[in-house]
Amino acid sequence: MSEVLTVDCLGRPCPVPVIELARALPGVAVGEVVDVLSDDPAAALDIPAWCRMRRQEYVGATERVNGSAYRVRRLV
Amino acid sequence: MSASVDGGYLDAAAALPLSSAAREALLAALEDGWADPSRLYGAARRARLLLEGAREAVADVLGARPDEVAFTGSGTQAAHLAVLGVLAGRSGTGAHVVHSAIEHSCVLAAVAHAAGEASAAPVDRLGRVDAASFGAALRRDTALACLISASHEVGTVQPVGAVAERCGRVPLLVDAAQSAGRAPIPTGWALLTASAHKWGGPPGVGVLAIRTGTRWRSPLPADEREGGRVPGAPGLPQILSAAVGLQAAAAEAASEDARLRPLVDRLRLGIAARVPDVEVVGDPDDRLPHLLTFSCLYVDGEALLTALDREGFAVGSGSSCTASTLEPSHVLVAMGVLTHGNVRLSLHRGTTESEVDRFLSVLPPLVARLRREAGAEAL
Repeated sequence: MSEVLTVDCLGRPCPVPVIELARALPGVAVGEVVDVLSDDPAAALDIPAWCRMRRQEYVGATERVNGSAYRVRRLV
Repeated sequence: MSASVDGGYLDAAAALPLSSAAREALLAALEDGWADPSRLYGAARRARLLLEGAREAVADVLGARPDEVAFTGSGTQAAHLAVLGVLAGRSGTGAHVVHSAIEHSCVLAAVAHAAGEASAAPVDRLGRVDAASFGAALRRDTALACLISASHEVGTVQPVGAVAERCGRVPLLVDAAQSAGRAPIPTGWALLTASAHKWGGPPGVGVLAIRTGTRWRSPLPADEREGGRVPGAPGLPQILSAAVGLQAAAAEAASEDARLRPLVDRLRLGIAARVPDVEVVGDPDDRLPHLLTFSCLYVDGEALLTALDREGFAVGSGSSCTASTLEPSHVLVAMGVLTHGNVRLSLHRGTTESEVDRFLSVLPPLVARLRREAGAEAL
């Protein structure tokens, strides 16, 4: 499995995780994914909502020791 | 609306200043309604007459019988007494409660405090509960069901009648705080609560209506006041003012509805057209007449509220950074919509078209500046 680009937003409140996601996603090819690491409860809503607004794919969240990793696939 | 509302006050869903009718009634009642209505002498009889008149007036607007209506110290207290009293009165049935996922926090707090178990009925993206899934959550041990008349955060009207049908013998508590004095009161409730300072009455008065035949037992040591439902001497002057304020609000509810709906539509369309990356949330049509909620992508809600305040606009927000907790609004969470950069506008009798237009001209550059400062302008 190839390494996934991970954006570490631990300790940073929304909207920072969404802003960092928006910055990072153009850096991967269409079809590739980005993980956003966040411990802000709002990220669980705001990252899927961002994907809906930007027509990207929200893959899902996995719990980590600190916070969760929110995976997003670049579609456009 | 009295002159004490500055232009730019767009948080009517939190509180309104006294309407002129309510103010006049309060001043008169301070002179005339000070005696203890439970006593037997002349001044007390006068006070009792005034209190019962207020009860009749409120009952008439809410679609209740006067003896079903009790005055409380706040809308929150009314909701607490409603939840706790039904759970006490129906403990033989069980301690399970079904509520929508978007109830006001005062209802959720009372449920968390007293229910054995609770089920939250989900809402759709527009913030509306589905009557069938609400009904499916009911069990044999369900003692109480709770459904807000319309969302206090996004304005979406709830299918109270359809849910009430599914509730059958389970009493349905309807929190009508945002509807009373503004919108039709739904039917089918067993308990109804409301709050005077949201219709232009004074703070410190709530209403608890309990339909005759509903099993309810006072969760507090009861006395003879308010039909044994709310102990302690009632705040008679404020209650009289609240009743007059509700009558006045209800009398102009239809014309205010017709005036405010186009203003809210103007805001809805104007915000969506002028601010990029905005999610306007809530039902665009089947909604409260005075309320609009939107979220601005990449914007910190607290920074936006502060910036709007500097421009003279008072607004509400469901963003986590504007609340005392780190959690975003449970209503926005239940709807699955963007939670940051959230603003709730709620209009009132004093809101003018020019105020709305000023908001529409002030908002876009503010949002653009905050995005620029966050390094999010070209994302």
